[in-house]
Amino acid sequence: MKKILAIVLCVLMALALCACKTNHEDNNPDNTAAPQNTENGGETGKDVSGLKIGVILVGDENEGYTFAHIEGFKEAMKELGIKDEQVTWKYVIPENATCYDTACELADAGCNIIFSNSYGHQSFMVQAAQEFPEVVFVPATGDTANVCGLENVVNIFPQTYQSRYVSGVVAGMKLKELMDNGTVTDPYIGYVGAYPYAEVVSGFTAFFLGIKSIVPDAHMDVMYTSSWFDLNKENETAKALMAKGCVIIGQHADSTGAPSAVEAALKEGKVAYSVGYNIDMLKVAPNAALTSAQNNWSVLYKMVLKDFIDGKKVQHDYTAGYEADAVMISALGASCAPGTAEKVAEVIESIKNGTFHVFDISTFTVEGKTLDSYVFDFSTMNADFTAVQYEGEKIEVVSDGYFHESEYRSAPYFGIIIDGITSLTNTGN
Amino acid sequence: MIHISKRVDFTLFKGKAAWMNRFIGWGIRLLAVALSLVVCGVLIYALTKLNPVKVYAVMANGVFGTTRRVWAWLRDLALLLCISVGLAPAFKMRFWNIGAEGQVLVGGIATAACMIYMGGMNIPTPLLLLIMAATSIVAGAIWGIIPALFKARWNTNETLFTLMMNYIAIQLTSYFIPKWEHPKGSNTVGLINAGTQAGWFPSFMSKEALAKLDPNAWYTGLLKNTVGQPYLLNVLIVIAIVLFMFFYLKKSKHGYEIAVVGQSENTARYAAMNVKKVIVRTMTLSGAICGLGGFLAVAGADHTISAATAGGRGFVAIIVAWLAKFNTFVMILISAVLVFLEKGAIAIASEFSLSNDVSHIIKGIILFFILGSEFFINYQIKFTGKSGRRADK
Repeated sequence: MKKILAIVLCVLMALALCACKTNHEDNNPDNTAAPQNTENGGETGKDVSGLKIGVILVGDENEGYTFAHIEGFKEAMKELGIKDEQVTWKYVIPENATCYDTACELADAGCNIIFSNSYGHQSFMVQAAQEFPEVVFVPATGDTANVCGLENVVNIFPQTYQSRYVSGVVAGMKLKELMDNGTVTDPYIGYVGAYPYAEVVSGFTAFFLGIKSIVPDAHMDVMYTSSWFDLNKENETAKALMAKGCVIIGQHADSTGAPSAVEAALKEGKVAYSVGYNIDMLKVAPNAALTSAQNNWSVLYKMVLKDFIDGKKVQHDYTAGYEADAVMISALGASCAPGTAEKVAEVIESIKNGTFHVFDISTFTVEGKTLDSYVFDFSTMNADFTAVQYEGEKIEVVSDGYFHESEYRSAPYFGIIIDGITSLTNTGN
Repeated sequence: MIHISKRVDFTLFKGKAAWMNRFIGWGIRLLAVALSLVVCGVLIYALTKLNPVKVYAVMANGVFGTTRRVWAWLRDLALLLCISVGLAPAFKMRFWNIGAEGQVLVGGIATAACMIYMGGMNIPTPLLLLIMAATSIVAGAIWGIIPALFKARWNTNETLFTLMMNYIAIQLTSYFIPKWEHPKGSNTVGLINAGTQAGWFPSFMSKEALAKLDPNAWYTGLLKNTVGQPYLLNVLIVIAIVLFMFFYLKKSKHGYEIAVVGQSENTARYAAMNVKKVIVRTMTLSGAICGLGGFLAVAGADHTISAATAGGRGFVAIIVAWLAKFNTFVMILISAVLVFLEKGAIAIASEFSLSNDVSHIIKGIILFFILGSEFFINYQIKFTGKSGRRADK
């Protein structure tokens, strides 16, 4: 059974990938004609030898989050024909003035475009961008490019909420199976979040909506660890949620703490399953892990670099989802309910062809009401919230029956707690 | 048998002037550094097959290669030195102030608060900086005075007390970050006053003023690389603190009292010194200077506040203060070496794609040798016969 499932899955994944590829190329008609991976010009067919790139990384290849970025960047380099010696890597750059020093140094050394991979780098990158208006600065996962008033700042952010939704569907299938055979009566979900930040809220809402599409009366508690990476805290938070009676544990934190706690509980006879993030959790939780929501950073890196190489004016925001293979879920675990792979393929297809939107307002309510209007103020406030630091537009982000996440800015801005989710904030405010 | 005893003189300079002995002491320390570099070199070659000389060259280039790098090095050096100098009087008094990390953090919080709440008031920069410095000093002093009062009154253990105060300071920072965070929920404060740069350390000569200078004149480059740099103020403040502390400890009555209390509290009492007063006064000073370190870190370098603002410097400073034996000028040298190693580490990690851990190993080996050399400077080892009698008698 397992083998058949695995084969079916593989075939589906392969098909999905192919389908994706063609879609992508259909969107870029001039691209299909261009020769792929020619010796000197790479995909764009342009001469890229004058390009000099700097990459600032918060960790090194031993750290999962940075590893994904390094892999993604190298993939983009390969496809665009960028040579190793054109890229200067700066590892283990902390999120303080050292980041500013490093960014300036790279600019001094003649880099035309500089990337950084951690959110905390952004303010220092913007500081450097003020000083070097001729260099393009790309703080990945940042959120102020469109409002900071500088032409040379670019933000990139994959539409992870899509893969989170799909991972929610996987969890929902499992939950339905458990309820159908009577093992579980209360569809109670737990979520280990890092901070009550819009990126996290958007992610867990999508995850929850994925589950709800299969089990409509599901409800979810979110607890925060106040850290992006804390093995012990994530472990303890997962245990606390399971003690409350949660049977599915999702996460938006980078360690394997939660899945290993769930795996241990499962071994002790408890009913609990885990949905991870970033990395495939099957190694630490072979029985408990269902899948993980993942990003493929190469797509976004390539999008920015391609525009830059082509001499086009870079945009402030770059984002991409399933339609461009920028997000995905990891291989399904053995514990997944039968039929999951088929359902997943179907959902991915509907997201891809635009017939379905994750934040469809008919699927959720906020304080009992449908969210048929939501005006988001893209300004960012100064630290004491008395003054606007960067003036942004106020935009109606709900239209055509869905919340337009990541369309007006790459960084997520769905920061609303919807009905059915209890956000247990224990930090200030 | 091996006989270890406290060293009085080096054999070579028996009975000679103290400076000669000090000279040979420094010779041994230098030798230790040289030896540690050799050991590191062997290790680097064994692990990575890279030419160790090349690795050291990359480190040096990574720290001193450009004007910008030199100034970043000076800025970090100034901060570490400031904290080390702050620790010196407490340690000289044998008051184990492990709480520099926390004192820096509360100083940083005070500075950040001033920048956030007063940044929009159009206060002239020098005045704003003075207010920020003063609040950070007060905050650090309060953090220092609390364990001192408890020590003076109830003879509590200051090591544990100051250590615990660090955690309170870290929690306090975590409390303020969501209050000041921007954007909301991100748990980072971001650059404070990014637009106006209110409360940031200014350079003494603005870019516009520098641009007006004759580009061919001999002094233009010099001015650009000194008064045109934003970190000059950090360096000047710390030079002032170093000079002050040197004379305070060596030449003032207070400094003498600190030394006596450190050697023996009973002697101090016998000499009619008010030991409690000395403890409280010294710790206030120690905390105040560390608090000022927080001011340097927030207003002069990071322009933001996080739980990592102190970044472990409060603990590294303990090593600096001890290795320098509380001589503030020697502290300059030692902080320079430590900051060099820290920055050089990033350079080799990036240049050779070596993991960051390799540089930690190098740092560890060098520190081990320097600390080890202190043993041979302070103690002498004699090999005696089997009977246990001293061989030379």
